[in-house]
Amino acid sequence: MSIFKTTRRVAVGLVAAAAATFAIKAEAAGHGIDLEGKTVEWIIPFSETGGSAKWANFYAPLLSEALPGQPTVVVKFMPGAGSTKGANFFQEQQYNDGTLIFGSSGSTQFPFLLGDPRVRYNYSDWNVVLASGTGGVAYLTPELAAKMDGMNAAPLQGEDFIYGNQGATRLDLVPTLAWEMLGLNVESVMGIKGRGDGRLMFERGEANIDYQTSSSYLSGVTPLVEAGTAVPMMTWGALDDAGNIVRDPTFPDIPTFKEVCEATEGCETSGEKWDAWKAFFIAGFPAQKMVFLPAGASNDAIVTYTKAFEDVKARADFAEISGKRLGKYPQMTGDAAKTAMESATNVSAEAKDFIVNWLQEKYGVSLN
Amino acid sequence: METLMEALPALGDAWTLILQPMVLGYLVLGVVMGLCIGVFPGLGGIAGLSLLLPFMFGMDPILGLALMVGMVAVVPTSDTFASVLMGIPGSSASQATVLDGFPMAKKGMAARALSAAFASSLFGGLVGAAFLTVFILIARPIVLEFRTPELLMITIFGLSMVGILAGRVAIKGIVAAGLGMLIGTIGEGASSGDLRMSSYDYPYLTDGLKLVIVGLGIFAIPEIISLLRQDRAISRETQLGGGWLDGVRDWFANIWLSVRCSIIGVVVGVIPGLGGSVVDWIAYGHAVQTTKDKSKFGNGEVRGVIGPESSNNAKEGGGLVPTLLFGIPGSGSMAIFVGAIALLGSGQIEVGPAMLQNNLDITYSIVWLLALANVVGTVICIAASGGIAKLTTIRFALLAPFLFMIISFAAFQSGQNLMDLVALFAIGLLGILMRRFDWSRPAFLIGFVLSSPAETYANQAIQIAQSRFRKSMGEGLEYIFSPIVIVLLVITVISVVLGLRQAKNILAEGDVQSGSKRAPIVFMLAVTAYIAYAFYDAASIPSYSRDRVFPMFVGGVCLLGCAVLIIRMMLKPETDTIFADRERHGDDADATHSLWSTLAWFAGLLVLTSLFGFIIALGVFLFAFMRMRAGVRTAFAAIYTGAGIAFMLGMAWLLNRDFPPGLLQEYVDLPWPLT
Repeated sequence: MSIFKTTRRVAVGLVAAAAATFAIKAEAAGHGIDLEGKTVEWIIPFSETGGSAKWANFYAPLLSEALPGQPTVVVKFMPGAGSTKGANFFQEQQYNDGTLIFGSSGSTQFPFLLGDPRVRYNYSDWNVVLASGTGGVAYLTPELAAKMDGMNAAPLQGEDFIYGNQGATRLDLVPTLAWEMLGLNVESVMGIKGRGDGRLMFERGEANIDYQTSSSYLSGVTPLVEAGTAVPMMTWGALDDAGNIVRDPTFPDIPTFKEVCEATEGCETSGEKWDAWKAFFIAGFPAQKMVFLPAGASNDAIVTYTKAFEDVKARADFAEISGKRLGKYPQMTGDAAKTAMESATNVSAEAKDFIVNWLQEKYGVSLN
Repeated sequence: METLMEALPALGDAWTLILQPMVLGYLVLGVVMGLCIGVFPGLGGIAGLSLLLPFMFGMDPILGLALMVGMVAVVPTSDTFASVLMGIPGSSASQATVLDGFPMAKKGMAARALSAAFASSLFGGLVGAAFLTVFILIARPIVLEFRTPELLMITIFGLSMVGILAGRVAIKGIVAAGLGMLIGTIGEGASSGDLRMSSYDYPYLTDGLKLVIVGLGIFAIPEIISLLRQDRAISRETQLGGGWLDGVRDWFANIWLSVRCSIIGVVVGVIPGLGGSVVDWIAYGHAVQTTKDKSKFGNGEVRGVIGPESSNNAKEGGGLVPTLLFGIPGSGSMAIFVGAIALLGSGQIEVGPAMLQNNLDITYSIVWLLALANVVGTVICIAASGGIAKLTTIRFALLAPFLFMIISFAAFQSGQNLMDLVALFAIGLLGILMRRFDWSRPAFLIGFVLSSPAETYANQAIQIAQSRFRKSMGEGLEYIFSPIVIVLLVITVISVVLGLRQAKNILAEGDVQSGSKRAPIVFMLAVTAYIAYAFYDAASIPSYSRDRVFPMFVGGVCLLGCAVLIIRMMLKPETDTIFADRERHGDDADATHSLWSTLAWFAGLLVLTSLFGFIIALGVFLFAFMRMRAGVRTAFAAIYTGAGIAFMLGMAWLLNRDFPPGLLQEYVDLPWPLT
């Protein structure tokens, strides 16, 4: 049995290698698919109003310019069931002529990882061509921030915190678990409709702790920090090439959760709790948004899209136009995107079980 | 004072920016596009802005803003056409306009109702802009005073409008509102995601029903079916009376009402989280309460048009405050607007807390572009209203299939799913029965619209208050009973007391005779059964989940109401108002065609769609309807069908929408648009 498996693995490896060689050749020879006169549909499984819409609307015109034949790229919104509806739809699509792509987000990844009953899609069937990372920053009211002892959060452990939470199983589980690990008593007020509402709750003085993803932090919270009504607490960090958590390049002056955790007694940066947190952080942030071609996409198509996104990244003005909207985060293509997708859509069984139990105990959310 | 001194130069800069020929040209272009989109019910600003998005990238910011603002500003103006002429709420902003605008159209005074509405819209837009110019400078701290208890109180105030619109039997109105709220709770709860009245096996309902579908179902379908049964034109009078000048005169005679409703519009629009869906009802309620002779409401009282229309354009201006100052869009179209602003130029405009410091001139440009767009849009609409009003003299059988097509398309916008059509049909049936037995449909809709904010804010306010009370009694009380809450509470109580006292005289949907007992009782029992089941369903959610509390509370109150109504039905004779039934006397009773055969046409479209996909079904439906029901010649029916399909394809292509497939498409691959 094991011999058979090994043989098969070798065979698959050979085929893959051959395919890769062919792909490089194809690219070198200028093959690939021509999309002239066609319309590329980019399915976003969220409404027109969310962060994924902004991300797709930013890329769509650039992608249109960069693809061979300059096809029209239209973003098609298919919201529903916390993005699982659009993802299930995409799973059913056959590769046809490369005019259908899909944009997923952390909110698509989490139900997949947690075994949500609505999930009928499988990331490993799809072909990733772009992975966009982001980060997150937690912040506090100035009074509470003043109580912190440098990076040590222990003095905050007796305080009552209120946090506007979008939903227990959403990206919000990364901050709530982090705060719990620091020993903070954070009460989640559920039912807010987006992180913007969470920030508003903080500004109104109802919540006293909050987090935003990087781009929203830059536009929405930085002015509050300047006005002295909010103080950054920590970032979730970023991943280096070896997979270690390091300071977020967009916020080099703000410590990471890892640093704060190390400085706080009772918080461990090892063990199952930490591993689970890290696994879900990786699933939620460093490769938060990805672009896929459907199952069965031809190599030509994958190469064409990869090249197009590389060309977008290579634009002289890319750093300038993307910096404000996406933050200074890696926009990964090719193998880097594949690696990012692998780590974003695979968590260990232990991490999954831990989070499932934790959700059940803390919020009474049953995922079975 | 200091801020004002800084603001004046910015205001000057804004006008210099606006008053360039290019900018004005783009504004007019946006206005014209917005009018074209807004005329079709259910499309609204989201569809329009999505259309513009691809062009925004790197565009000169002020030109892009002119185009987008022009588009957004006039949607609440042009959606009035559908509300007044067809009785179809064009968007959530003009639901209340239907109540009196449509009866005016039936009396042959469509042009007058329209121009009164447009004059009010224009005025509301201008008042809104003027108010904002000053208010935007001081808005931030004021808006932040509206915490969750205040938001909850405003929601309750909105719900108190049910008191005025409850109809002759107050408890019936309250049960109708409760039913609307229960239907609004269908789907995943906001708190822990527990399912109410739905299951993951039928994923459609887990997201809940969309306002477009409920609004169209509850108002449009009953009216269309009723008119179709009577087989006549919308207007009873063949000679249209009341020109557009009369409407403007009507507005001028009620200018103070218009001012007050405009202010209501801006203020409610400014508060983030509520959106605009209640504004028109609050304005309508205010118009009713401040009118001496209330007997004409629901029967074509022009003040019932002026009130909501003054508020809904002003609201758009108010909605800019949360959008620009907090980066929190007050509505779906504002959310796209924010996204699109980021695409403009090199992305230098960043909405959010820094907007006033860095981009005050741009902020003012947006405010006054909005006002200017209102002026341009209104002038175009008033000019067109006389001509378009003639639609009301056309035999309705010729219009109806087109309307069915449009509202089906509008319903698809929400999910692009056959289930959208099924839901529209089901809610439509409920609407027909509620209309027949004189259950207040406005009350139902208010309940539906406010269900989700009422539940969310109630849960949140309770949770935060508990945390405050744990700290100290004083802090908790201070949180719940802020001065704003107390003021709102007083207003609400007064409004409920006055409303209930007057409700008997306000027949928002006309007088209805009573008849036999059986049919009203059957409907009553069916409603009770649904409510009881919804209560049971909510009760089976585990007790630690907050998602069960609200539906159980509403369901419980409704069941009490139902019990009272059933007892009254058992005791009273069949002439009692509680047995109101439109099939006994009046238009519906004398109609040429029966209810069920008329409804069967729409059901036919639904069944055909499920079999052959929407476009093929539509072709068959249009042709068969024209030929058989309208009785026109084959050639005419063919041309009508062709034009209808071409129009639908044009819209779908422009907005990049697919049509729901049927069974046929499972087996055969067909090219677009048949897919």
